Amino acid sequence: MNTETPSAFWMDTRTRLTVVELAESCGITQEVVQELVEYGALSPSGTRPGEWDFGAECVTSVRKAARLCNDLELETSAMALVISFLERIHELEAQVRRLRAQAGGGGP
Amino acid sequence: MKYKDYYAILGVARDASADDIRKAYRKLAQKYHPDVTKDPQGEEKFKEVAEAYQTLKDAEKRKAYDELGSGFASGQEFRPPPGWEQRFGEAPNEGRFSFDDADLSDLFESLSRGRRGTSRGPRKMRGEDFEVAVQLTLEQALHGTQVDLRLALPEYDEQGAVRAVEKTIKARIPKGATDGQRLRLRGQGGKGLNGGPNGDLYLDITLRPHPLFRVDGHDLYLDLPLAPWEAALGAAVEIPTLDGTVSLKIPEGTGAGRKLRLAGKGLPRPEGAPGDLYAVAQIVNPTVLTERERELYRALADASRFDPRGHFAKGSP
Repeated sequence: MNTETPSAFWMDTRTRLTVVELAESCGITQEVVQELVEYGALSPSGTRPGEWDFGAECVTSVRKAARLCNDLELETSAMALVISFLERIHELEAQVRRLRAQAGGGGP
Repeated sequence: MKYKDYYAILGVARDASADDIRKAYRKLAQKYHPDVTKDPQGEEKFKEVAEAYQTLKDAEKRKAYDELGSGFASGQEFRPPPGWEQRFGEAPNEGRFSFDDADLSDLFESLSRGRRGTSRGPRKMRGEDFEVAVQLTLEQALHGTQVDLRLALPEYDEQGAVRAVEKTIKARIPKGATDGQRLRLRGQGGKGLNGGPNGDLYLDITLRPHPLFRVDGHDLYLDLPLAPWEAALGAAVEIPTLDGTVSLKIPEGTGAGRKLRLAGKGLPRPEGAPGDLYAVAQIVNPTVLTERERELYRALADASRFDPRGHFAKGSP
């Protein structure tokens, strides 16, 4: 039984990852990260691949898309598409939460 | 060892082509993949389907599987034919292969391990990452908390065979959590193999619905019922926050739906100022009026020239 308290990181825009860290976090190669940027599924800051850094909020979508594409034997272009759909779902879910919070239950 | 009918699992004939097998697998994988399915048994079914495909998609493994024959029922105990123990136990550094505690998939897996040539020495492998859903109360998100996660994590022995080991991880969740946020705990996932680093643990955080507060990011919303006269005349009311009640001044002429902001009374952010609490005004009428209340309302109706629907005639609000 392991009871040590580990170091924790919030996976949001404030946590920045290099290409190497993103690839490792998502179980994909650096080449695939580069392809995903070319397909427009990931938008790092920095102009050259050596300078790229990514907001950690994308890790969840990329991991999920990588799992799906690995298990369903899909190409990287499909992975890019899955990532953009997942990001869209994520935004819409946040919007639903916001609207629900603001609209309220309509009475005590 | 228990027999599994891989062809039946994929729903294909024993003489199906490699292409048919791939198509059948993809169709089932799309249906049961844990990342897409809503079927509670989806993950289990996906594992079965993937195991069947891993064996049948590989010509050599499929041939070996076919040699077992088709005379077994799924789940039936069986022993592979004589000579197989040597065949699957001969890979270098594998040790002696015993059928007694092996799974059918281990048998075929050992074929590809032998092929990969483990004689070059054990390879360092990073442990697997795990994703776990955690539900917190608003109070836990406010103060930060420690949760006990009981996980059945796979571990690999020296032979590379996998078994589930129950492990309790105390995960410290710092304050700053909110709905839909994810936390990464470095090194708390699966054990690395042959000195490789451990995997990570990802916590997928949701907040348990609260009877009073609704959550938007780090802001909170509270419905604030007001009597018509409180809304009309203004008032000072006590309202609950996550850390005790505060007094809130209701301005004169507050309309339904108006948001009154209490700065910094929302959830704390990981960095920077905390979120805000919004009290959303609702005008609530008494359901039963006393005779005196009725008289006063009538007097108000007679005296007031207020027309809440004046804009109807003008065609705009």
